[in-house]
Amino acid sequence: MRVLITGISGKLGRTVAEILLEAGHDVLGIDRRPWPDAPPGVETFREDIRKRPAEDVFRSRRPDALIHMATVTHFTTGSEERSRINLRGTRAVFEHCHEYGVEQAVFVGRHTVYGAASDAPLYYTEDEPPLAVSTFPELADLVGADLFAGSALWRWPEIQTCVLRICYTLGPSRRGTLANFLEGPRVPTVMGFDPLYQFMHERDAARAVCAALDHDLRGVYNVAGPQPVPLSLLVQKTGRTRIPVPERLFHTVLGRFGMPKLPKGAVSHVKYPVVVDDSAFREATDTTHEFDESQTMEAFRWAV
Amino acid sequence: MWSHPEVFERVERLELPFNRYGLDPYGVSVEHVSTFLSFLRPFYKTYFRVETHGVEHVPDHDRAMLVGNHSGGIPVDGAMVLSSMFFELEPPRLVHGMVDKFVGSWPVVSNWFNRVGQVTGLPEHAIRLLKDDRMLMVFPEGAEGTAKLYRERYDLVDFGTGFMRLALEADAPIVPFAFLGGGEALPTVMRLERLGRWLGAPYVPIPPYLLPVPLPVKCDLYYGEPMHFEGDGSEADETIQHYIDQVKEQIAALIERGRAERRQRTIDGDGATRANLSDS
Repeated sequence: MRVLITGISGKLGRTVAEILLEAGHDVLGIDRRPWPDAPPGVETFREDIRKRPAEDVFRSRRPDALIHMATVTHFTTGSEERSRINLRGTRAVFEHCHEYGVEQAVFVGRHTVYGAASDAPLYYTEDEPPLAVSTFPELADLVGADLFAGSALWRWPEIQTCVLRICYTLGPSRRGTLANFLEGPRVPTVMGFDPLYQFMHERDAARAVCAALDHDLRGVYNVAGPQPVPLSLLVQKTGRTRIPVPERLFHTVLGRFGMPKLPKGAVSHVKYPVVVDDSAFREATDTTHEFDESQTMEAFRWAV
Repeated sequence: MWSHPEVFERVERLELPFNRYGLDPYGVSVEHVSTFLSFLRPFYKTYFRVETHGVEHVPDHDRAMLVGNHSGGIPVDGAMVLSSMFFELEPPRLVHGMVDKFVGSWPVVSNWFNRVGQVTGLPEHAIRLLKDDRMLMVFPEGAEGTAKLYRERYDLVDFGTGFMRLALEADAPIVPFAFLGGGEALPTVMRLERLGRWLGAPYVPIPPYLLPVPLPVKCDLYYGEPMHFEGDGSEADETIQHYIDQVKEQIAALIERGRAERRQRTIDGDGATRANLSDS
């Protein structure tokens, strides 16, 4: 099968590419960022998914399947630019899939779209509405991209579309939303709150994406790894120091004293849990994680 | 964290899937449960001297929904039911209470509730826990139940219907229970609603002695036989109401039995005191 990966140069994209290559697939990739030492057999194009040359890749290479992970979460990119990549980019690739006969599309989304609130259920199922629009407004574009990808199910029923809502990933690459939060020696938490955090090893996340492709999944699926752990334990086991900050002062200390910089809405995700029920995915793919919570935290902690 | 040796030994025997960190999938923590029950122990055994009757009716495994009356301003009743299931059952069981939504935004308190299995009162949580073969505690009178004034303490206010549909959907038996003494422990003569709103709660109960602290009144807990109902939770309102009336009847009967026995005990107790006095 010929698989096109958008956002291939990211850590997750590279790992997925390697797994697919090993399984004997042809792998193509589009990314604005380079992947200098891409393994032979992976053909990469340094293009913007919203631009004409990206469409040319669809036209000339005619992939059988698409894995779309060219969405941005880090808040260093301006919000205007971000929402364009996330919304317009997602729209563009799905239109290309329809236009050029791509049979299968996997959208790699995030579990944070469900949002975190004091009165939200602990284990979100796929039919739960994405609350993040109100609890974490800065994520609105990701919620939009997620819902747009889901709408491909009725818009273009001939494409086997699968939307994955993957929990935080953690591992030796030290990349990703949770890794950024845990980057410094001191991690701020909101005093009096200690939510459960759900994460999985980045390699397990890549395996899950490949499993969705292998099993021809259609529909929306939560993806998670081992049992969630309280934030305090996560901070401790990754060798960081937890600094409980009163909620009123939380924004004041962010970005200072060696603490990470977070957008305003992030406070709800530091106070309350976002935990998903992944039983539908486990049942459909018959796969499970290889790294437990302890190994995952250790892999992140001791990476060089 | 500190824990009583008896509590520690019983926590070890809880049949919950704790991982290497002593945590279950809902964030229930061995350490927090030990400390919490070590804190409740003197209240259960000494302060309220709770006497538990009919514990043999409570299933020692599998899903079950404990359904009972609310009384007494602050949920002392919930804490004592939780304690009785922990101290009287063999092996001990952890009761999951359904906590009012307003508590979820309180720092420290909400975190403690989460670590000891007291979850936000959402239907999703109830179904999930029951299907996981946990034991759930429900007060169908809701906040209106704790808001009862002293003179109304043994009246049952309207039951919500949600609990019955959830029990049917999860195919869980209902174990009726009655808690006696809560209304005397914190006799509410007034409810401060404005102060409550300021604290994010529906009201603050005020007893005649002003401080909303429960008195050391002896309390009794009566458990009734498990009740099984036919259905899947999608039944018509009349059917559900009919089922609920049966549960309500059982609870009212347990309350009546409890009141009679408590009266008898007072008379006997007084008699004994009088006899002692006349002896001396």
